[in-house]
Parts: sequence; structure tokens; C-alpha cells
Amino acid sequence: MPFVTAKSQQSAYDVIVVGSGAAGGQTAYTLCMEGARVLMLEAGRRYRPESETPMFQTPDMAPLGGVGTPQKPFGFYDATVDGGWEVPGEPYVRTTEDHGGRFDWWRARMLGGRTNHWGRISLRNGPYDFKPRSRDGLGFDWPLGYEDLAPYYDKVELLIGVYGSSEGLENTPNSPPGCLLPPPKPIVSDYAIAKAARRLGIPVIPGHRAVLTRALDHTSNPRRLHPGNAGAQRILAADMRSRAPCLWATPCGRGCSIRANYQSTTVHLPPALASGKLDITTDAMVYEVTLGPDGHATGVNFVDRTTGRHQHASARVVVLAASACESARLLLNSKSAQFPDGLANSSGKVGRYLMDTVGSDVYGQVPLLESLPPLNEEGADGHQMYTPWWLYREQLAGKLGFARGYHIEFGGGQRMPGPDTGAGLEWLTGGSYGARFKEDVRRFYGSFVYFSGRGEMIPNENSYCEIDPSVKDKWGIPVLRFHWQWSEHETRQAAHMQRTFADIIEAMGGKPREVQSDGAKAIAPGGLIIHEVGGAIMGADPRISVTNQWCQTWDVPNLFITDGAVFPSNADKNPTLTIMAVAWRAADHILERLRRKEL
Amino acid sequence: MDRRTTIKWMLAASAAWPAWQQAMAQAGHGTALLRPPAAPGYGTDPDLVTPHRRGEFWPLTLSAAQRRLAAVLSDLIIPADAHSPSASAVGVVDFIDEWVSAPYPTQQRDRPTVLEGLRWLDEEATRRFGKGFADLDAAGQAAICDTICDAARAAPERREAARFFALYRDLTAGAFYSSPAGRADLGYIGNVPLKSFEGAPPELLRRLNLS
Repeated sequence: MPFVTAKSQQSAYDVIVVGSGAAGGQTAYTLCMEGARVLMLEAGRRYRPESETPMFQTPDMAPLGGVGTPQKPFGFYDATVDGGWEVPGEPYVRTTEDHGGRFDWWRARMLGGRTNHWGRISLRNGPYDFKPRSRDGLGFDWPLGYEDLAPYYDKVELLIGVYGSSEGLENTPNSPPGCLLPPPKPIVSDYAIAKAARRLGIPVIPGHRAVLTRALDHTSNPRRLHPGNAGAQRILAADMRSRAPCLWATPCGRGCSIRANYQSTTVHLPPALASGKLDITTDAMVYEVTLGPDGHATGVNFVDRTTGRHQHASARVVVLAASACESARLLLNSKSAQFPDGLANSSGKVGRYLMDTVGSDVYGQVPLLESLPPLNEEGADGHQMYTPWWLYREQLAGKLGFARGYHIEFGGGQRMPGPDTGAGLEWLTGGSYGARFKEDVRRFYGSFVYFSGRGEMIPNENSYCEIDPSVKDKWGIPVLRFHWQWSEHETRQAAHMQRTFADIIEAMGGKPREVQSDGAKAIAPGGLIIHEVGGAIMGADPRISVTNQWCQTWDVPNLFITDGAVFPSNADKNPTLTIMAVAWRAADHILERLRRKEL
Repeated sequence: MDRRTTIKWMLAASAAWPAWQQAMAQAGHGTALLRPPAAPGYGTDPDLVTPHRRGEFWPLTLSAAQRRLAAVLSDLIIPADAHSPSASAVGVVDFIDEWVSAPYPTQQRDRPTVLEGLRWLDEEATRRFGKGFADLDAAGQAAICDTICDAARAAPERREAARFFALYRDLTAGAFYSSPAGRADLGYIGNVPLKSFEGAPPELLRRLNLS
């Protein structure tokens, strides 16, 4: 039962999963491997990474050297299909264009969604990250704790393959033995950054990314993941054997035809399809969850994008995994007499508490790294190492002026030259051209270091989405209107990032470029880091949250949301690994309830 | 392209044309030339696997005279030397033509800067030496470039020309170092499959005092 058209769908599905990215992929995988029959609906087209991925193509083979354009914002070779901050025919509304108040919404209309291009950074939330309000009085606690999610972090790491190490640092969890793959070896700039940072008291440890630095253990992992389920073990073992380890070349953002990194299309969907329990319909734009007279969801309505026809699909359970904002939009657009303000919205909290990640960057030039001999420093595409947040004590003592932390992603080295190479060097060369310019470019190539802060945003009442009263997309579906506001916790954090990165670069003997002391200017606009979560947050109290800890909506017992919409906080850790762990836990819960005939 | 560049692009794309360009367009100085023909671009789902050639997605628009001047300037910025060929020898002019002819906001913003800059070069050469820039000897060309090669040091009346030179140098370098010859010039040895990844060589770390 693999890919089916809208017309050839069956009628007896246990679960409909809307979306095929990290949340949809994980939810469908878990359900199918344990025997549930799933229909997955994806708004975008079918996508085949094995044949569509530009692996070794170089910038000279792409229009404009492959630089980003509105049609391919992350560059020509980025894996994203029919996506970006603007999707033709699918508008959204911003209440302001101002730097500090705008929210830009990234979407990808393709099988696997944004997992095809993401950065693969896979960090566990720590114990503090689930109880932020208990710790500092701000935002919301999760209705679950680290100990509840830890077994699912283990499972996700064992399934998708994550490299990293266990260092025992504060609020930076260890993984049990066997869960992590060995981290890639550091490059020269990593050593230089680590030496300078440590002198400033800033830790530097191996990064965590969903890249196979060696083949997964196809004997042990399937047994640990599916105890007592020989069929699932066999399918997964065969699939793990067919994933090749990293060949230490080609950017992960293009996707990976040899399946050495995680994308839903190469890791979650193949075994789920092999189980025979999964049907996938692509080009199915879901716009409404339908409700029966008994208050249970009966299924969903969608537009078949290939024909423009509207169609209904039904199942015992509906799971929204369409991405935080798209799931909120779906609920808000599912109006009925019982739910005039949108489905599962008796709390009025659907669309509320949108969060992104605080982002701010600094780069600099380091004389120590000039004119080095030729080195192949592609590795696993960067992020051999990173810095977890390290100032917990100072922060809790109120010494920093902002309440939550950030981690540092950094890079450098002799990476593939492209349209940026040799550009903007006047500050170092005094404007050379000719033979001297060529010498200068050789000298400076590989001597730059880049720092990106990725920090926690605290949910607030002024960052939310709602349905715009007039604008509709090309299918006639009402669109979202975004409101956005940072607090000083975020802008001060961004200013701290700038100072810290400049300090590290100077400690390396280097020169930072363009350091911004005003946090409101240093912070990237909302949505630009593409870590948006919230909009249907989970909680312990139905009056102020949309779902319980199992991602089950308080109002509709057979309606679940397993994507980032349920996050009540957005730790500095990149959200994808947590999305998968939460989705796996929710899917286990759904399976249990299905077995008990409670759904 | 990394996210930093993307963010820069995002912010740049929303910026207006510089005032001098607007004034120039309003005064009727080749308005039609400043705007490239409308084209749909490569779309949101182009073929990523097949290599593309310049002009495949939108027509190249520079005139023969502009291309000749572009080649001369590119080769002043990146001349041939013992390590690698000159910019024009690896197709940089086609790249620049593709760039200024493209239907996207960044490139459309750069188009008048490049076109007006090339015209300025010829006007300046004629004013100072009585002939077009491409026909000057090396000393004459250098005499002009030296006044605009560093925006920080350029005279106020040459600021815009210096801004053009900086952009043109960036485009030339980006195109050159994206080419196989440019990659080789920098000693780039990545983008090949490896059995294992060994990271930094220990002897180099010792030399840099990083081990």
C-alpha cells in the first residue's frame, strides 16, 4: 500500500497523519511499525532524494552561482521544493514589515517537508527546559519532564543516527551507551576556537547532528527499538543496512541521496512503507478537520492539488503534524457550531504563544588561520563542535539581564569556494585588485570563523497567529495573519551573543567584523531561524492549553497534534529532535488507546 | 549558501534603490536599459541535477560593447598569473551578464549599479585620456581604478563609482572562485568522497600551537 492517489485511498484507516516531516514521519513510523493502518496526507509533491539530490554539483553549474533568490531562498541547490518564506499562491499576512515586529513563515511543499534541508543539529532538551516557569517564574512548564521524554530521545537517536558525545554538563543531557555515533574529528579552526573560548571559561564540546559517521548497528538497534516485534525488527534491520555512512563531502542542506543523514523521506518513510501499513497521498492540501455529532473527529477535508477536487478522508484518529503554524491554521479554519472559534479551541489558545529561536551572528578573520596548506575540511558539513549554554548560575542569580540561555554554533575552514569567496574583503585588503587581490584571496581563504547564537525565546501574549478576515490562498483557504514581538529577554540575549562572539574572535587574535551592541538590531527577525513552535501548546490545565502531555487535544479525544505546535517553551536546543521524541511518545499512547478500543 | 547570507539577502531585498539611481531613472538616463526584461526565473522546483548554462532561464542582456568592457575590468581585477587563468578566461563575463539580467530583487538592484558603473568608467577615461576605458593602456586603466578601488578612501564625488567597483570585484571574484580553475587556485581539495575523515593534521596543530 505505498503511494496512493486521492481516488485510490482505502476507507479503513486507523489514523490519518497530516504532514510528512519530522513529526508526521515519526508518528507514521511508530504507528505503522506497530501495526496501525495509516493514511498520510502531504500538501506538497512526491520527492525522491535518491535521484533528485544534487550531491557533487558545484556552484558554477547553477544559475547565479547558486545564491539564494526568492524562488530558492537557501540557494539553488537547497533541497527545498516549492518552498521558502514565500510560496506562490499561498500568501500570509504580516501586521508589520518592521525588523522587530515581523514574522516570516518558511514552508516547504514537498514530501518530507523541511526535514529535507534542515541543519540536522539534534540536541536534547535538558531537565530545566521542561520546567522553565518553576525555575524562573516566566513562560510555561511542560506537563512532562525530562525523565518522561528521555527514553524517547534514546529511541530517536537509535533510529535516525545522531553523532555526539556525553559530557555531563549542566542541563545538557548525556545519552545512554550505544545511542550516539562518534562525532567527526575537529578541523583546525575548531581547535583554535576551542582554545580561545576555554580561556574565557566557555566550554566547547562535540556537536550533535543527525549524520551517520558510521553505519547504524542493524543488529542491536532494531531489537532495542521494537522489542518483541520480529516483523518490525526485520524491516528496520534491512533498512538500516541500506543506509550508507557519510562520505565526508556534499552539503547536508541539499539532502542526501545515500541516506547518510536524517530526512523523513530517507529514514522514517521507507521502513513505514515497507511495513505495508502506510498509504501516502501527496498533493493533498488539508484544510479542515471534520467533526461528528458525538464531538469526535471523523476525518479531514483536503484539496487534491492535481485536480482541484475537494475530498474527504476518514479514520478513527486524526493527527496533525503539519508544522506549528499550519496545524494551528487547520484548527482555526475548522469551525462548527460546537467550536465557532476553531476546533479544540475552547481555551482560546490556538495560534497563541508562537516562538522562534533568538538568532544573531558575528564573523571575523583570524591571522593564525591564514595561508594554511590545502586541507579537506568538509567533514560532515560542519558542526563538529559547539558550545552549550554555560552561564546557568550567573543567569539564575540575575546577573545577565535576560532569563534564558543560548548555545553557539560555529564554523570555519577551507569550505567549497562559491559566489561569496573573495567578496567583501576591503576591510582587510584596503581595496586591492589585480595580482595582489589574487594573493589576498589565497591568503584569507579559510581564515574566517563564523559564530551563530541560537537562544531561547520566552512565549508572550503579543506573538501569535490568527486567521486573516479577508485573504485566502489559491485554494480558497483562509490564511494566517502573524503578530510578533520580542521582549528584552530576547534582545538583551542577542546583544550578549554579539559581545561574546567578538570576545572569542579577539581571544583568537582575530578581528570581528560588524559587532552590534544594540540587541534589537542584532536579533534576526521572527521566523528567520525557522524554529517556530507553539500555537497549540500542551499543558496540565485545559483552560490555558490546547493539548495534554500526550498531544491529545483537551476538546476532541481522537484529535492529536504531534508537531512543534505543542511546545510550551522553546529551549535554545534546536526543536527537531524533541519534536520527534514527543511524536513517538504520543504515537505510543495512541497505539495503546487503539488497542484498548478507547479511540 | 548559509543562513547568514540568506538573512543578508532577505534584508537587502526589502531595501529601496539608492536615491541616486532613482534620480537617474527619473531624469531619463536609460531607464529602459536599467530594467532587465521581465522573466519568470527558474521557478520553485527547478531540475537540480543537470548542470545549467548561462542564459538558459533568462536572456543575457549586455551589449557587445558592455561585455568587452566587462571583460577588460574583470581581468584587471583577476589577471592571469602563474597559478590560474584570468577571470574572463573562465566565463566570468557570462556570469556577470547572467547576474545583471536576472529577474530577482538583488540582481535587479545591482543592474543599474553595474551598468551605470561601466558607463562611468568610459566617461572618466574619455574625460581624462580622451578614449574609452577598454582602449587605455594598463597605466591609464590603473590610474582610474586606483581612485575607486577602496570605497573608504575614495573622493566624495567618486563614492558611487567606488561602490560599483566593490560590487563588480565581488561578482568577479565570486564567479572566478566558483569555477574549477578558481577552486584549484585556492588549493581546494574537498567535494570528493572519502572513506574516513581525519580532521586537522596533528603536525599542523603543533606548528600552530593548538595541540
